Order: sequence, then structure tokens, then C-alpha cells
Amino acid sequence: MERRDIVTALESLLRDTLGFGSELSLFIATILGVVIIATVPLLVIIGLIWGDRKFGSRVQDRLGPNRVGPFGLLQSFADLGKLLTKEDITPANADRLIYNVAPVLSVASVILVWAVIPMAPNVVGVDLETGVLYIIAVASLGTLAVVMGGWASNNKYALLGGFRAVAALVSYEIPMVMALLVPVLFLGTGSLVEIVEAQANMWFVALSPIAALTFFLASQAEVGRPPFDLIEAESELTAGYNVEYSGMKFGMFMAGEYAHWLTQGVLLAVLFFGGWNGPFVDRWPWLGIFYFFIKSLILFFASDLVRFTIPRLRIDQMMHFNWQWLVPLSIVNLLVTALLLKIIQELGFAVDLANSPGFVDTLPMTIIMLAGNALQVAVVLSIIRFRGKRQRLMAAAGN
Amino acid sequence: MESINSWAFIGAFFVLSPILPALPIIVARLLGPKKPNAIKTQTYECGLETVGDTWVQFRVQYYIYGLIFLIFDVEMVLLFPWAMAYQQLDLFAFGAGFLFIFLLLDALIYAWRKDALEWV
Repeated sequence: MERRDIVTALESLLRDTLGFGSELSLFIATILGVVIIATVPLLVIIGLIWGDRKFGSRVQDRLGPNRVGPFGLLQSFADLGKLLTKEDITPANADRLIYNVAPVLSVASVILVWAVIPMAPNVVGVDLETGVLYIIAVASLGTLAVVMGGWASNNKYALLGGFRAVAALVSYEIPMVMALLVPVLFLGTGSLVEIVEAQANMWFVALSPIAALTFFLASQAEVGRPPFDLIEAESELTAGYNVEYSGMKFGMFMAGEYAHWLTQGVLLAVLFFGGWNGPFVDRWPWLGIFYFFIKSLILFFASDLVRFTIPRLRIDQMMHFNWQWLVPLSIVNLLVTALLLKIIQELGFAVDLANSPGFVDTLPMTIIMLAGNALQVAVVLSIIRFRGKRQRLMAAAGN
Repeated sequence: MESINSWAFIGAFFVLSPILPALPIIVARLLGPKKPNAIKTQTYECGLETVGDTWVQFRVQYYIYGLIFLIFDVEMVLLFPWAMAYQQLDLFAFGAGFLFIFLLLDALIYAWRKDALEWV
């Protein structure tokens, strides 16, 4: 199979139209490809910070930024200018090396994820066979950045934020990875390009809505968004792990945070919502970028809506929700999905998802998978009902 | 498909990705004022002076969660090859993977019954 990534495209462009040698063009193409792919998330979040603030203020019945430029559009640039000219204060007692590395690592970990994200047909940094595993590996570096920042600041608020990161962020990684395993199970590959291509006619969210939901909730916590933002709960820890950071180092933590939030939507779109798939993509491949970003942004604002409506949890509630609901559910979901896939194979309804089968061909498989998911939902809901009933009875008996 | 070039690309990414965020920090250091004094560089604690050492041993609960996570994380890495080869697996390998996930669930229930998952 030929390689279908941005380096190959750039390389052939350089070689054929500009007449460079093959070695030189490969070298330049690699450098160019890295720069282009790595700057995409950073460019998007400049606009996204404005969009997020505007959206959030609308949810909360405020106006949001509206002074700098039309509709406050230039607010992010004003903030950037301000952060650039602020004094950079390092606390006297801080562990200087770790303190300085943490904000850089926070942004770097997200940029690394984008190396394997397919943005359109032929627009992908690199198509790794182990792409999903790679994402988990580099995304965990973001947690490390939070822990490092919290520890190195030598501040009690920051340290508490770091502690919470150790317990909470790390715990939510388990349901997230379990949910990530489901698309891998469907296809037998970890390559994100192939995962997107397989969803041409049937999105994986239809095959496994529980995995999509688990991934959504777990990644919401993983990127530190409310209601799971205990690492920087401003009403109890002032600003949590980044309380001692000022100037551009704080700016980088903020940029890293927004980039993580965007990447949450992007990963959901790629893994469960068909990535760049959409009408007319085969005729105009560049339309894929449009679909990709539309889906990612819709999912981003969906998680934004959760963020702006639900109040923050307590740490024990957050851990309880993860370990006693999400983790068992994700493990059971994985078991059920694997079992159902085997049953579907035995029954002969199996379709080779890797060849992006038609909508009708996938339908029997989808119905069986959906039935399995519905069963799980029913079990979970009845457990909730049972528990609620018992609590009400106990409360009534107490009175 | 997976040539040495794709890993060279990842390598280049690892080199460039810290440079992009480091650049604004360096620019800010050049542009911003630099007048540190003893009060400014004190630990921030809402106006109070900080008491005692910060880097102390703290609640064991955080550590327990870290420990449980570690077990699960390692087991999940082991599940990946199973999931990737799932289409070609015969019934034995399928059952083995199944048993493995069951053991995971069992470990979770064990930790649950031991009250390791309760916030104390």
C-alpha cells in the first residue's frame, strides 16, 4: 500500500514541480510537514479561545469579550500581547528546572497527538499502525505536566492540585483507554487513518454508543474540564497547579489546556463520529478538512455546554464516579462488545469493516451491537433505580 | 506502510513540539520587565505567609489510587495486541483474552471490597 500522508504529498510536489533531488525533497518535505501539522492546533485555539469565551458567556447570560475588534474578535491577540510583556516571576523556593519545563510539556504533549490525526484524505502527519497506542502514550504526558507544575511550584495550593492530578486524571485514563479499545476491536488495527476510512458509511458511535459516551466523559475529566476540573478548582485551590505561574508560562498552560480540550473533540470525531467522512468527500477531498473541523467543533462545544451547566464535583464524588461506575461499565462494555463480535461472526452477519462496507450491509451488525448496548444501559439504569430506592427507603426509615 | 520515514517524522515532531511553546516563553522573557524582589518571589498564599514545609508526605489515598491505576494501565497495554489481532483469533485465544478481562474485573471487585476505592 502506498503511503498517504502529508510528507509524501509535499515530497512529490517538491520533486516534480520544483525539481529538487529526491533526498533533499524528502528532507524538506519532512520538516515542512512537521511544521504545518504542529502549528494547526495552535492556530485553531487562538480562534477557539474567543469562541469558547463567547459561547460560555452566552450560556451564562453575559456578553463576553466585545471591546477589542468587532465582536471582541481580537481579544485573544490582545491577551497574547499582554502576556508577552508581563514580568515572568519565578518563586524563590521553586524547583526551577521542573518549574520551567512543565508549561512547555503541557503544550508539547498535545502537539504530539496531532502527528497521527487524519484531518482529510491524504492530510495526516503519519499513518502509524499503532496510532491509538501512540495517542495514549503522548497524551499521558499532559498529566505529567500538571503534576510537575504542581510539585515544582513549592506552593500548597499547587501541590494539592498536583496530588489531585495524580489521583483523578490518572484514574480516568482507564475508562478512556477501555473505550479506545473498542474501535480497535472492530477493525483489528490501531491506525487512525483506517479507523476513519472504515466509518465511511456507518459511524462507530452507532455501533458502540456506550464506548463513545465513556470516552466523552472520561476525556472530559482527563483534560481537566468542569465538572471534573478539581486540579484547578478556583473556589478551593485559587488556581490549583498553575497558581504560581505568571506571564507567558501561565499563557502556555492555558494554551495547552485549550489545545487539550480541542483534542478531546477531535479524538471523539475521529474515533466515533467518522472523522473527515461526509457527503462528496470522494469527489473533493479537501472538503474533508471542513467536515473534520465542523465535527470536532460541535463536539468541543457539546463538552463546553456540559462545562458551563454542571457544577464542580467533590474529589470523593469524582473518584467514586470513576471507579464504581465508569471503570466497571467500560470493562463490561469491552467484554460485551468482544462477545457480540464473536457471535456476529458465528452467525455470519460479520462484514469486513476495513473495506468501508455500505450502510445496508452493516445494518444487521449495527442492530445486534445496539441491542447489546441497550441491554447494558438498562442494567445500569436499573442499578441506579435500585440504589436510589434503597436510599429513599433508608432515609424514610431514619425519619 | 510503516517505513523508517514515519518514525523519522515522529522524531522530528518530538524535537519541534517543545520548541513551539518554548519560543513565546523566551520572547516574553526578552520583552517583559525583570525586577524580582524578595516579596514578589514569595510563595503565594492569599496574603498570608506560608507556614511549614510544602513538600511533605500527604494523604495515602492518592497513592493507593496511583497504585491501582498502575496495575490497570499495565494490563491495558497487554490488551492492545489482543484487540488488534481480534479478527484472526481462534476460540482459545479469544477465551484467553476474555479470561484476562475477567481477571481485570475481578481485581477491581477485590479492590472495591477492600474499600480501596472509597475516599477516606
